[in-house]
Amino acid sequence: MSATTDRTPDPAHTPGAATSTESRDSVRSRRAARPRRARQLDSTALIYLVLVGVVIVSAVLTALEGRNFFSQGNIWAVLTAMSVLGLIAIGQTLVILVGSLDLSVPYVVSLATVIAAGGMQGLDGNIPAAVFNTLVVCAVVGLVMGLLVSVLHVHGFIASLGVGLIVSGYLATNYQGSHGSAAPDLRLLGRSGIAGWIPTSFLVLLACAVLVTLMLRYTRLGHHVYAIGGNRDVARMSGVRTVLPVVSAHVLCSVLVGLAALLLLSRTGVGSPTIGSQGRYDLLSIAAVVLGGTLLAGGKGSVVGTMGGVAIFAVLDSVMGVMQVNPFLKDFIRGLVIVLAVAVYARRSVVRRPPRFGSGSRSSLPGSTMKEGTA
Amino acid sequence: MSTATSSPAASQPEASTTGRTLPLTEGSLPQRVLRGALTPGGAVFILLAVLFIAVVWVNPSFGEPPQLIRFIGRTAPIAIAAMGQYYVIVAGEFDLSMGAVIATQVVIAGNYIGDDESRVLPAIALMLLIGVVVGIVNGLGTTILQVPSFIVTLGTMLALGGLVRYLTGGAATGNPVDTFREIGRGGIENVPVLDVLPYSVIILVLVAAASVWLMRSPFGRTLIAAGDNPDAAGLAGAKVWWVKTRAFILSSVSATIAGILLVGYAGVHPSVGAGYEFQAITAVVLGGVVLGGGRGWVLSAAAGAFALELLFSFLNFQEVESTWRNTVQGVIIIVAVAAAARAWNLGRRPPSRSVPAAPAPSPTTAHPGTETGEN
Amino acid sequence: MRHKMHRAPIAVASALLLGVFATSCSTEDPTDSTTGTDESSETSESPEASEEGSGDEQEWFDQAVYDEQYEQRSATFEGDPEKPYLQYIDGEMTDTSEYKANGEMKACFANASISNPWRQTGWITMNQQLKEMQDKGVISEMETRDAGDDDNTQIADIDYFISEGNCDAFIISPNSTAAMTDAVERACETGKPVVVFDRGVETDCATTFIHPIGGFAWGIDTAEFLIDNLEEGDKVVALRILPGVDVLEQRWAAAEKLFDENGIEAVDYFTGADPTEIKKIITDELGKGEVQGVWMDAGDGAAAAIEAFEDFGADYPVMTGEDEMTFLRKWEETGLTGLAPVYSNFQWRTPLLALEKIFAGEEVPKEWVLPQTPITEDERADYLEANDGMPDGHYAKFGGEDLVGYPEVWQERQIP
Repeated sequence: MSATTDRTPDPAHTPGAATSTESRDSVRSRRAARPRRARQLDSTALIYLVLVGVVIVSAVLTALEGRNFFSQGNIWAVLTAMSVLGLIAIGQTLVILVGSLDLSVPYVVSLATVIAAGGMQGLDGNIPAAVFNTLVVCAVVGLVMGLLVSVLHVHGFIASLGVGLIVSGYLATNYQGSHGSAAPDLRLLGRSGIAGWIPTSFLVLLACAVLVTLMLRYTRLGHHVYAIGGNRDVARMSGVRTVLPVVSAHVLCSVLVGLAALLLLSRTGVGSPTIGSQGRYDLLSIAAVVLGGTLLAGGKGSVVGTMGGVAIFAVLDSVMGVMQVNPFLKDFIRGLVIVLAVAVYARRSVVRRPPRFGSGSRSSLPGSTMKEGTA
Repeated sequence: MSTATSSPAASQPEASTTGRTLPLTEGSLPQRVLRGALTPGGAVFILLAVLFIAVVWVNPSFGEPPQLIRFIGRTAPIAIAAMGQYYVIVAGEFDLSMGAVIATQVVIAGNYIGDDESRVLPAIALMLLIGVVVGIVNGLGTTILQVPSFIVTLGTMLALGGLVRYLTGGAATGNPVDTFREIGRGGIENVPVLDVLPYSVIILVLVAAASVWLMRSPFGRTLIAAGDNPDAAGLAGAKVWWVKTRAFILSSVSATIAGILLVGYAGVHPSVGAGYEFQAITAVVLGGVVLGGGRGWVLSAAAGAFALELLFSFLNFQEVESTWRNTVQGVIIIVAVAAAARAWNLGRRPPSRSVPAAPAPSPTTAHPGTETGEN
Repeated sequence: MRHKMHRAPIAVASALLLGVFATSCSTEDPTDSTTGTDESSETSESPEASEEGSGDEQEWFDQAVYDEQYEQRSATFEGDPEKPYLQYIDGEMTDTSEYKANGEMKACFANASISNPWRQTGWITMNQQLKEMQDKGVISEMETRDAGDDDNTQIADIDYFISEGNCDAFIISPNSTAAMTDAVERACETGKPVVVFDRGVETDCATTFIHPIGGFAWGIDTAEFLIDNLEEGDKVVALRILPGVDVLEQRWAAAEKLFDENGIEAVDYFTGADPTEIKKIITDELGKGEVQGVWMDAGDGAAAAIEAFEDFGADYPVMTGEDEMTFLRKWEETGLTGLAPVYSNFQWRTPLLALEKIFAGEEVPKEWVLPQTPITEDERADYLEANDGMPDGHYAKFGGEDLVGYPEVWQERQIP
């Protein structure tokens, strides 16, 4: 958290005020060869600005409850909470960037935990085979969705909803209750971390975030993902083969979901056919991605932004937990924050829009309105 | 296509439309029927017939008029919800808040009306008002704030669901008076042949007739144009934001009507309406309506709902384990959409141009209803 | 298992299913075979592994537990029958003299969720019990975290309590049995009293584990009632909420066994407690043929099931519901032959009462088995009268009549 505080720019909207976050972002913008670079810079910066705002408000509210937001236990809890949703949201970012959607994640998470736990049977020696099998199964599920979307032209919403339903039926019929058992080494991993502040699961998340970001910025595949998400027909006419990037995005997403499931398994110790639905990872991951400034229509956005979105959710949940907010009200607040926060970015990141929604309103987008919304 | 839609003449069937957005308005009656049956929107009626024959074959008593009319009556809520969802989908958006709206209305009916018969009419007015307000919030959030409808309606879903349960302590007080429940539960007695004519069937017919009229009116044509290409529609002078907002209002009001019927049919319970949004979207998609907007017929959406419910009844009659139900639903929607994507392409494009490479998949040939739609 | 897949759409479904899962199955198989060899050579000690060996058909049935709960149904309970929430079956006691405290202590409650009427009613009762404890000066405050039905969140909640909560005692209502075991053990390792209630965990480190007799007892009570009131060959429709929750699965496991043994034809459906689904299922079943009995694993939506019979014009079934007011009221109104099994809601009082004992240094049962007695037709009128004015989602045996705020707090369902 403190790292982001340091590099927050002041809300001046001049591109010259670029700090490290922004300059890293501008590299990608240039490489992805997309217009409106300046506005995109502001978008990611704005997300982190909102995050800082949320953290400050949360710290104050936590202090009012007689607690310290920046205490070891709380930081650990927030980072742990980020890990699972974060990995799924990175996968979701890829899929959304390429213009698709993945609603199957909760069921793939559950499937992965039962396969992994069933394969391990509580023995360390089974870890490699079980992890390999789990990720392969996830990849196959992603492959099916990718092929449905790219070859059969099924809308991502339907393809993933359908595959998710198929998997859920399979799970409900074949697995009742918890299944298998995680290997002791994996459980240890779930509890380990650096100095009691940073859990290993968060390091896994960071590593994946960096890898996917590098992939998006520096590989042809990554550029094609942006191109196809921006406009599939134009990309195809420009000579981009659309099948491979779409399929890759879906496969990578499902593999990342599988990794998230392994992290979950390291915490729960048993495979569960309902753990994915319990976490509502489908809608929350999409919300986190959009909260992170990625266009739901595809073609625009970044993993860095998504991480910001996930962090906002984690901080929000942390402070609501400390304040013992009524569980029903929590949903109300989450819904409100999602809409308000996205409303702030959406207006600035939509490039094509009728003249009526012109540039006149763009300058009035301070983060201050956001803070009110989250308070 | 876009210019024709902005003309206010509702009774102008052979307007110079080159597209196939409203296939039923061209040519003689047999031609129209034939052509209609070849689109996915028409094929759903063939699917419906096939499923009906299958169900009657398994359980002959299902075909008796009294049982059949009851089936239509109990399917009315989901069919009405599907028609509401249709407006939003054909405009290129989603409405995920439908289930939460239904739950809200159900709880209001239970808590506000209670045993007080004089409150029935005010309650209906209040419920419709709330439906309109939710629709306006969704619509303006999508159009003016430029937040993707997926996110806005996800937000209203969480917020509304949370707020209602917070205010009621999770559960409603109890069922409202029987006079109110009669709307969804009762009917006109002693009707020849049918035995009982449920009010819900009458309401369904009225809603369907109104929907057909609405979609033939200038509003309906502008709505389809706005869903097909909002920019073009906007340039042609259509108020895209207002048209889309009205679509959201229609969706929420449909959910309200469905809620009123469900209170009667099932009684007050917090889980009434759960999952209705995805059921409705599935029904709409099954009716050949294209996600992303611009194509589809409103009655096909209702037919999709009936097909889905017939399928579930068929599975019940076959004593297929209810855990497999999701799987079947998943397969059906994928197959339906994959087939529809091809069929719309075939119908839309000039014959000289080849269809994008889509090797005939085995699922499409195996499916009874949609197969016809392709040929 | 009833797979009769021989009609067109199902054929499509199964064909595609095979396609989708052909690869996944082939990748699963090697795992299964390797674990098989591992088990034979190294004898895996995990309980799940041995459970799987018996096949998934009866995964939830456990003869030993079944027999135990069968006996407990007629066991004598220690303590005042007027205060069922303090009664227990005589057994091993935990010495708590080390926890004896002077002054007010802070409790931390990791709740699974309040997502159904049963948990909401219990949660209201618990809060009123808390007020009594605070007035008595036993407990200073209770910090609550609600996991929203999510295992992962509840593990985080427990860990947060351990590191940040300054808790003097833990109360845990586990979201699921196996997944919460490690977290509960971590709470035990703090050396502070840990009270687990409702669903259990696979460790006995807790100071006391509070629960009514259990799911098998429910299944036995209900199935025996239906068997007594039905004839061999009659059909029972079982309406279940959702798969995979041990408390619920055990109810059906016991009932299914008894139905099988006594020649009752039973079909089960998962309804998600949605009355719309329930009504559709019953209507379809009535369309197929006569239904003489209805079995439910929870009373949610019982009224919809009864109304399905009314609207179809069929005779009322013999039925088991739950002590939820909806069912009791509908039961009385229709006069059908019924039984209201109880999963004692008053157990939500017991954890705080247990803490009172623990902080006083009094011994508590290691496994605190509370009474779980169904409401019969004869007792129904009393419970209806006692709970007059309560909302439909209220549970008759909530056991909070002597607490502050009765009855308004329950009538208005005030949830903090």
